[in-house]
Amino acid sequence: MTITGQEGDRKAGTLAAEYGLADADLLAMYRTMALARALDERMWLLNRSGRAPFVISGQGHEGAQVGIAWPLRRDHDWVAPFYRSIATCLVVGMTPRDVMLAQFARASDPSSGGRQMPGHYGHPGHHVVSVSSPVATQILHAVGIALASRIRGLDQVAMAIMGEGSSNQGDVHEGLNFAAIHRLPMVLVIENNGYAISVPAARELSVRDVADRASGYGIPGVVVDGTDVLACYTASREAVDRARRGEGPTLIEAKVTRLTGHSSDDQQSKYRSESELAEGLTHDPLPIFRAQLREAGVLDEAAEAAIATDVKASVEGATSFAEAAPDPEPAGAMDHVFGDPAAGEPPPPWHPTPGGASGSGGGLGA
Amino acid sequence: MTVRTFIEAVREGMAQEMRRDASVIVLGEDVGKKGGVFLATDGLWAEFGDDRVIDTPLTESMIVGTSIGAALNGLRPIAEIQFADFIFPAFNQLVSEAARMRYRTIGASCVPMVVRAPYGGGVHGAMYHSQSVEAFFTHIPGIKTVVPSTPYDAKGLLVAAIRDEDPVLFLEHKKLYRSVRGDVPGGEYTVPIGRAVVRRPGRRLTVVAYGLMVHYALEAAEKVADEGIDCEVVDLRSLRPLDRETLLGSVRKTGKCLVVYEDNRFGGYGAEIAAIVAEEAFDYLDGPVSRIAGPDSPAMPYNHILEDWFMLNPAKIADAIRKLAAY
Repeated sequence: MTITGQEGDRKAGTLAAEYGLADADLLAMYRTMALARALDERMWLLNRSGRAPFVISGQGHEGAQVGIAWPLRRDHDWVAPFYRSIATCLVVGMTPRDVMLAQFARASDPSSGGRQMPGHYGHPGHHVVSVSSPVATQILHAVGIALASRIRGLDQVAMAIMGEGSSNQGDVHEGLNFAAIHRLPMVLVIENNGYAISVPAARELSVRDVADRASGYGIPGVVVDGTDVLACYTASREAVDRARRGEGPTLIEAKVTRLTGHSSDDQQSKYRSESELAEGLTHDPLPIFRAQLREAGVLDEAAEAAIATDVKASVEGATSFAEAAPDPEPAGAMDHVFGDPAAGEPPPPWHPTPGGASGSGGGLGA
Repeated sequence: MTVRTFIEAVREGMAQEMRRDASVIVLGEDVGKKGGVFLATDGLWAEFGDDRVIDTPLTESMIVGTSIGAALNGLRPIAEIQFADFIFPAFNQLVSEAARMRYRTIGASCVPMVVRAPYGGGVHGAMYHSQSVEAFFTHIPGIKTVVPSTPYDAKGLLVAAIRDEDPVLFLEHKKLYRSVRGDVPGGEYTVPIGRAVVRRPGRRLTVVAYGLMVHYALEAAEKVADEGIDCEVVDLRSLRPLDRETLLGSVRKTGKCLVVYEDNRFGGYGAEIAAIVAEEAFDYLDGPVSRIAGPDSPAMPYNHILEDWFMLNPAKIADAIRKLAAY
């Protein structure tokens, strides 16, 4: 069924019902998108005002991220996301505080305790695999998680998520091949924003759609409009159900737009024209989904205002909480190199130890 | 006790752990029906089946990366890299992912995974079936590297590696697989990772080695013993974590240290041993900390004359011992 926007008297609940959802789901999806966007915008403000050295952004990707993550079973299925996956991480259970603690690199940042750059989320409790910076490595972790799920009979689905630039890495080929051979419960999501930092898709992909490559592995490849949240939801639900049924992986490609530079250190006007950037704004999923929900009678002015107020308070609260949280101490910087601290390297006995910490053992100590 | 070859000990260690713990799986190229190109996994597929002994495509990065994911979700994978020379496609997964997962999640996630890799030369393996790769990985905090020299240690260290909560690179010298036999208990035991052993006590000079080179060092020590040079031979067994106590204890006793390694000399693992000895046993030394290692050609050539030129042997090590002893 398609949404035509022609039915002025559409009753509340109709749109949701078409997708097997409730209005509350649609509002929660919208709220998550709005929250991700507001957090993201706040990160840039923090960066531009000198309070955070780095931002990497998911702006423009939120519709695809929320729609695609929505069918996952929270704290049961797994995601192996990438550094734009802010909305994905919110869907599966991470909080605005978790996001802001990472942004400020605080000791209590659950992703990495301030050890990684912002945007490198992770949360074992919510089954979010820790993000690293080398791209596409995470597909293999998702494949391994799916393999373990099947061997252990856990009924979990693993979803790997990356950009189209990452999709060119060899790990993607190796991972899809293996997952397809063994029909592992796995989904690969490509958020195609048309750019690998500055290189346009035409210079990094030999095909228009990354999804075309799925046929090379004998698996379904699906292209969805990343501004159409519910189309993304539908494609993902089918892929997740298929994976859970033991029918193997699916490649979902969501066409999205990148509304910001690659990161806070990138000036995209150097390689994208003004008209292209203006055109990109018309593919912003947030106002598109908002309009769809209004049209369907799911969202009215009062509800929208309430969500806006709630999101603003959430961002304010998370920001001030994280900004006030303590930094990590150098004394702990050698913790968790190995499970057994004695396996770590001690400095020579006559060296001062970092931060005045006692040596981590394993040395002569005399 | 039963007398076993090195490779039988490796196989027995895996089989026993797989019987004990259903979360242990094996994956790699030809590890299934064929039992591995060296037969290290022979019989495992028949006993444990398709789910736990998995033949993979020729994809080293996938073998290691998938093992990382499986380890994150409750399994204890043993990944076999067919030859250590082919581990480089998996370098990113090992260095950027496996070694850093614990650190970057402040201890919330870990990767209990063993990567077994046959290494080393002197087997007519040429440039791509002879390499020693330990230096690439011992450089990396977060991954352990173990190199057994005896069947007893092969089984005991492998069991310890499988039970370890961190990734362990388990390097097996190909030349030891069938040339070395030794007593191996039939039951369960572990050799703790991080403990070296003195294979031959001596007073005059310490020879530090691991893997095949331990055997060559012991032969060399016998040769020079007749000339009155009493060598102590330390088998490191575990390159990282390193047993400083045994290493430095020996050098402080003998006052001289020769490090033996098969890899290229420049920047090799033995350079770190030399640096640690120089830093931490300086006051006890009465000769330069010395190294004897492979030449700095890009790899081991195939022709047998050239291979002999590259490989260390007991005679070359004995010469190095004599020179250092005379210092």
